[in-house]
Amino acid sequence: MKRIIAFLERLAKTNGVVLTLLAIASAMVVGAFIIVLSDIEALKRGDILSSLGTVPSAYWSVVTGSFGSLRAISNTINSSTPLILCGVSVAIAFKAGLFNIGATGQMLAGGMTSLLVGFSMSGPGILQVPLAVFAGAVGGAAYAGIAGVLKARTGAHEVITTIMLNSIAAFLVLWLLKTDLFQRPDRTDPISKLVDPAGHLPRLFGFLDGRADLVAHVGFLVALGSVAFYWWFLSKSSVGFEFRAFGLNADAARYAGMHTKRLTVLAMVVAGSFAGMAGAAEVLGTYGYASQNFAGNIGFDAIAIALLGRSSPLGTLFAAILFGALQAGGRQMQSTTDVPIDLIVVLRALIVMFIAAPLLVKAIWRVKVSATSDGQTFRGWGS
Amino acid sequence: MLSVENLQVVDPDGRAVVDGVSFMVRAGEIVGVAGVQGNGQTELVDAITGLRAAASGKISVAGVDVTDDDPRERHVKGMAHIPEDRQRQGLVGALSVAENLVLTRYHDAEFRRGVTVDWGTAHDVAERLIGEYDIRTPSADVGVGTLSGGNQQKVIVARELSRDLKVSVASQPTRGVDVGSIEYIHSRIVEERDAGTAVLIVSTELDEVMALSDRLLVMYRGTIVADLDPKQVSAMDVGLYMAGSRPGGAA
Repeated sequence: MKRIIAFLERLAKTNGVVLTLLAIASAMVVGAFIIVLSDIEALKRGDILSSLGTVPSAYWSVVTGSFGSLRAISNTINSSTPLILCGVSVAIAFKAGLFNIGATGQMLAGGMTSLLVGFSMSGPGILQVPLAVFAGAVGGAAYAGIAGVLKARTGAHEVITTIMLNSIAAFLVLWLLKTDLFQRPDRTDPISKLVDPAGHLPRLFGFLDGRADLVAHVGFLVALGSVAFYWWFLSKSSVGFEFRAFGLNADAARYAGMHTKRLTVLAMVVAGSFAGMAGAAEVLGTYGYASQNFAGNIGFDAIAIALLGRSSPLGTLFAAILFGALQAGGRQMQSTTDVPIDLIVVLRALIVMFIAAPLLVKAIWRVKVSATSDGQTFRGWGS
Repeated sequence: MLSVENLQVVDPDGRAVVDGVSFMVRAGEIVGVAGVQGNGQTELVDAITGLRAAASGKISVAGVDVTDDDPRERHVKGMAHIPEDRQRQGLVGALSVAENLVLTRYHDAEFRRGVTVDWGTAHDVAERLIGEYDIRTPSADVGVGTLSGGNQQKVIVARELSRDLKVSVASQPTRGVDVGSIEYIHSRIVEERDAGTAVLIVSTELDEVMALSDRLLVMYRGTIVADLDPKQVSAMDVGLYMAGSRPGGAA
């Protein structure tokens, strides 16, 4: 017992894991209040007990809906895949001191380039699938590169440019989906041609016959590979070292002879390639075509994920899986307990809010945690 | 050695902050630049080390023109730079002592393994330098920002002077450093000179430049106003030059 306590104390001192877990717990407590208060009918009857009863069953259905069965796990994997890739995208830019708000636009760009390969070719899959994923990475990288070049050349802040580029990408996709090149011939609405069956990302559980409901695809393995690459890049590679030094102290990086303008462009390009692969995973794996809004809210969730995971490779992976599980479990919760899936959005927002306010979490739980945050540093608007 | 010919540096408003400066630092010589802060010394050092472009003039290291080189290329050609502000420029506070000890050197052949940094070697070298330069730190893995000012400065000195050099440029090498570390850093700089490096020291500490230099230049309003032998001149007279007047005459 003593040893366990000592271990927990060391854990609390050395990193923010405990704070993160407490932030999640705090969010769940506030979420419970919201569940009770949102059941207007029960409140009118003065029947608080019955709505209190829905709290554990709602949370339990989130758990079973995300990890309770093979199908639930498959749903979690499917939701997590683009979140992991976009999370790495935002995290790697964070490390270089850049705030990539443009994962959504880069996803759209990468999704469209991968789609082009997806319906233009018709196999063999062993060639087409990697090529299409690669095309997605290139599309996202090129699109993010615009913001990188603007920052390096003119000093235009990447927060502004990436937000604007998101809007440009959204309307560009809408326009492209109406062109002869992309639009499905028999349709009048903006919807793309179908990806050739040979170009689909193979199902992860494809070896189980007749389980069409297991939608998880090998994009998840690409995402895991990206996390592994991100770890290697940060801890081993020279450019990763340059990213870290540049992100923490741009003046020192310049003094040390690093080419900071080149690093700015490179950081955006690398970040964009991961978001582009997320777009490819959605188009080639989940949908098999592109509609107007296939990027959804993933690019913005990724910012919260990178923050929650403190931009570390493992932290980002776990945060993305947590968000993916909440997404998958939320659907189950809605159907079994009548608690709307919007609660999941609120929960995620609360988690991020508590992460951003470590002192609040400490005060609530009366814990002494020395490390407030070794996490993120940004440069101000002036730089 | 280091040679600077007719160097001009212009600030964003178009004013010449370094205005036609020429001097030479021979191998095995320490040249000091004295002056009141803000008379162009910072810009002079930035231009020599490549952090700021020269408007005109020529800078060469051992006869090789480096005027258009970036800081990395000057590093490769044998120039070391101890910057005036260790926390803003010289170190990345959140990175470890070991990482800071290779901050300017991770790309040298010694530490490079393809596209990766050989962190094993970097760590071994860090351990050696920590011993050699008497850097007081719990380990090579703690954040360099947790060390005292003197030990932070020793990290920079260790990193910059622990390789074969032709030219070493030190700006305010002992500002805000404890007495013990000051003496130690001074002795290292003298050793570097004795090993045949051309050393340029820029400092607003008059005592420091007077004690270390073999030759003393005084900078005033972007120009060199005096080239003195520190053994033959009094601190009083140097002070007058620094203030823009001439000993025994009108300005």
